[in-house]
Amino acid sequence: MAARAAAGGREWRLALPLAAFFLAFFVAPLGVLVAWSFYDSAELRALTLAQYARFLGDRFTLGILWDTLTLGAKATLVCLVFGYPLAWLALRLPPRWQAALVFLVILPILTSVVVRTFAWIVMLGSQGVINQALAAIGLVDRPLRLLYTEVGVVMVLAQVQMPLMVLPIMATLARVDPNLSDASSSLGAGAWRTFWKVTVPLSLPGVVAGCILVYAACVTAFVTQTLIGGARLIYMPLYIYQQATGANNWPFAAAMSVVFMIAVLAVVYLLNLVGRAARGAYA
Amino acid sequence: MPPGAPAAMGHSLKLEAITHRFGEFVAVRDIDLDIAAGELVALLGPSGCGKSTLLRIVSGFLAQSAGRVLFDGEPVDHLPPNRRGVGIVFQNYALFPHMTVAENVAYGLHARGTPRQAVRARVDEMLELVHMSALADRLPRQLSGGQQQRIALARCLAVQPKILLLDEPFGALDKNLRLDMQIEVKRLQRASGVTAIMVTHDQEEALSMADRIAVMNHGVIEQVSPPTEVYDRPSSLFVSQFVGTTNVLPGRVATCDGARADVTLADGTRIACEATVRAAVGEDVLVSVRPERLALRGAPGDGAIPATVKVVLPLGPVVVYEAETQAGQPMKISAPREGGARLLEPGARVYVAPAAPDAARLFRPAASRAGSSGTRAAS
Repeated sequence: MAARAAAGGREWRLALPLAAFFLAFFVAPLGVLVAWSFYDSAELRALTLAQYARFLGDRFTLGILWDTLTLGAKATLVCLVFGYPLAWLALRLPPRWQAALVFLVILPILTSVVVRTFAWIVMLGSQGVINQALAAIGLVDRPLRLLYTEVGVVMVLAQVQMPLMVLPIMATLARVDPNLSDASSSLGAGAWRTFWKVTVPLSLPGVVAGCILVYAACVTAFVTQTLIGGARLIYMPLYIYQQATGANNWPFAAAMSVVFMIAVLAVVYLLNLVGRAARGAYA
Repeated sequence: MPPGAPAAMGHSLKLEAITHRFGEFVAVRDIDLDIAAGELVALLGPSGCGKSTLLRIVSGFLAQSAGRVLFDGEPVDHLPPNRRGVGIVFQNYALFPHMTVAENVAYGLHARGTPRQAVRARVDEMLELVHMSALADRLPRQLSGGQQQRIALARCLAVQPKILLLDEPFGALDKNLRLDMQIEVKRLQRASGVTAIMVTHDQEEALSMADRIAVMNHGVIEQVSPPTEVYDRPSSLFVSQFVGTTNVLPGRVATCDGARADVTLADGTRIACEATVRAAVGEDVLVSVRPERLALRGAPGDGAIPATVKVVLPLGPVVVYEAETQAGQPMKISAPREGGARLLEPGARVYVAPAAPDAARLFRPAASRAGSSGTRAAS
């Protein structure tokens, strides 16, 4: 605070280059997108709300929007269920093992999305590694359908986005005073009580941050959704792409993008509210 | 134990031959300690002396390599921390930041399945006891350090622990508040009758609060005695230097008859000492005399050491002189400062002598202790 006052309030200029970049390559295109969504056809002749009416009146497109939003929710839930214990465990490992585990978790981000996705296709196929393993130990008679199903897409998204969940949770868990769990224990609480009453509430900000990151990444994961989901599972990013480049219906694609964006922002906003409430208790 | 019962009789604690190793490093070695019910014992020592390790062993967070912990004569080594009945007040208080003051105090009662009505009554009672009833709905971060400490104590005492452990309890408080809280903690400990162990590296804290002080160094207890005894009759050179300040003068034994010895100092004067060890005539020893047990004389006399005043420090109630003997040995002498009396000037010639026959104590130079070398564990 004092430093800001002393510098005469001029440091904001440092943000100018980024602001200019942001304006030129994010805000302006977004404005163009929104503008286009109000045109009646690809020839951009008359302004109208027809594209929005078409989207919101069409059960097929609304279905795709719903599928996309729930896909994100499912993948986020899987990430949370597997990621929280992983983060908890990582912090209890000796430093060397912890580094190795974190490296394994962030490995997906370090590989090309296309390579990674094709690797999953090999794994998930009816003759793939997973089905062969399940058949070998006698758990299934016929190969499970994993590829081109929602289950497959959720599995792959959860694996790919896992670091976005694990790292924020690790960061908040690491900041929780270890004396607190000792205090809880010495007051007579067992391990589960300590976990649910002390550890979980105090790590909630990290959980919310992880959920927001994973959710936003999952609903917009064009390559994964398209390659693992196949032609029969259509999600918003692919549908928008088809409308824009295949059907050449740019105004409709733009309107869909705007609705999609608002829907995702609404979910993120709700998650943020949860996080704010959790943080408010003990900033 | 029903809440609201009269101040419970304390429980006794016994440590039997406790040894703990971290790999090669021996953190505590063969510790024996008996603490009576309702007693407050301070574990005093520098960081790395093993006092915190001992605290973690008593609370059950660390399983000792060897030895036994007994409460009321019953071994408790098989009991995990949550079933041992040891309350801990942490240096940083470790209050649950997401719970109100009342919820913090109620936490242990809920964990023990206390009925809701009884929890509320007990929480009210505890908050009353620590004068914090008005702040029951505050969050810990809205409280001052002293208030947080009161809540940490209330949270502990609410579940009526058998043993109360205080880990550097006043370290985070500023000096003015510290004395108030020391009185407060002592009052609460007395009122509840709980047996307490306080870990500290602050000798004043230990001297003012404890019934007995266990002075630790390099993983062993060097002396366990009431505060005045530790101060007046330290049993080792380490204790005499760690508790209070002292002058350590090298010399050679001239005569020794067991309890008393005469030691020839570097400048040739002889000083009469209490012998804590049986020293042989001609042996090199160290003589320890506290500054306030030295007297300044204007004229030479029997056993007085000639010296020159170098520095004068008037510290309010006392004045401390730093003087140098003819052999170049610095000595600190403190004297009560009487109103209006003139202080000595630097450069003044004085004669320094022990104020009483038991003022000076003889010690052997500390031999390097086998096995205590190497890196020290954080305390």
